[in-house]
Amino acid sequence: MILLRLLLAFAKTGLFSVGGGLATLPFLYEMSDATGWFSHADIADMIAVSESTPGAIGINMSTYAGFRTAGIPGSLAASFGLALPSVVIILIIARFLNKFRDSRLVEGAFYGLRPASIAMITAAGINVAKVALVNLPAFQASGRLSDLFAWKAIILGALIFIGQRKLKWSPVVFIAISAAVGIVFRF
Amino acid sequence: MQPLLELYGTFVKIGCVTFGGGYAMLPILERELADKRHWTTLEELRDYFSIGQCTPGVIALNVSTFIGQKRGGVAGALAASAGFLTAPILIIMAIAAFLTNFAELAVVQHAFAGIRVCVCVLIAQAVLRLWKGSVVDAFTLILYLAVFALNAFGSLLPLKLPAAALVLLSGAAGLAVFLRRARGAGKDGEAR
Repeated sequence: MILLRLLLAFAKTGLFSVGGGLATLPFLYEMSDATGWFSHADIADMIAVSESTPGAIGINMSTYAGFRTAGIPGSLAASFGLALPSVVIILIIARFLNKFRDSRLVEGAFYGLRPASIAMITAAGINVAKVALVNLPAFQASGRLSDLFAWKAIILGALIFIGQRKLKWSPVVFIAISAAVGIVFRF
Repeated sequence: MQPLLELYGTFVKIGCVTFGGGYAMLPILERELADKRHWTTLEELRDYFSIGQCTPGVIALNVSTFIGQKRGGVAGALAASAGFLTAPILIIMAIAAFLTNFAELAVVQHAFAGIRVCVCVLIAQAVLRLWKGSVVDAFTLILYLAVFALNAFGSLLPLKLPAAALVLLSGAAGLAVFLRRARGAGKDGEAR
């Protein structure tokens, strides 16, 4: 039963997340709130794991959530669920390739879907920032505004942002550096 | 059976080296599939990518399904897709097993707290990169702000719209505005 629920939940994610891996994030946050299969912090960690291993975030998250929920059969059911809608849709489109490419209906729908997709990715980014850059418990305990922000984390974030713009290193390198900084400065 | 196995094997190999999602995959596919095996052309690959970007699901998987379909019909599509998924699934299973056992360690927790900061930056960079092609005029800017507000602060409203509803509504709104504008432009052309 849990396998079927995993499969269906991830099939829904696969069906509606348009525009690549990060577009799955709003659905993963919804799933986390609705089922408790994984936490918001798990999602943030999984983004990092996905950037440092082969494969896309959507697949990685489904494998991970499936494993945590129901072991190896769970990860297979969830990954299969995520992949199923897109494989079926591509098989259909492959038959009408030229019509699809030149369709004004498709172009029009994407005129609206593209800004919606990055709007939800922005919201997902703020969800990650809430876990990573803000220390709400400390602020609630002390009431001092200076305790609200995790200053060490914000400085690290600013440095990585500048570093990524100047140096065209792979994200994996910055993830490794961040892990080391996290350990050394006890984040 | 031989061609299906070859498709599966080739995509297992591609799945092993696709770091950083769909866009990082394009040069690898060009080398493996167009230059080495002549299964497809560079132009076809570009087309597959642009369609993969605007259909649901993972871009890299969509491209794998396309090429598999072209080589061996439905069976080929399934072989290529399964091949592409094999390595990532095995790797994440191993990581999930590791994290389940070691997540309690202080050193692992500190490392991931640091990594989450980096993830914020990566997402911000992705948004900045996608912004240019997506938010192109007043309508798309308003749509961006509206969807962001509904998705981020929806829990404050009496009724929270699920993400799937936001996707469907945005597609419909985009289509309506786009077609209206196209019709208006057509009329202008006739008047002149």
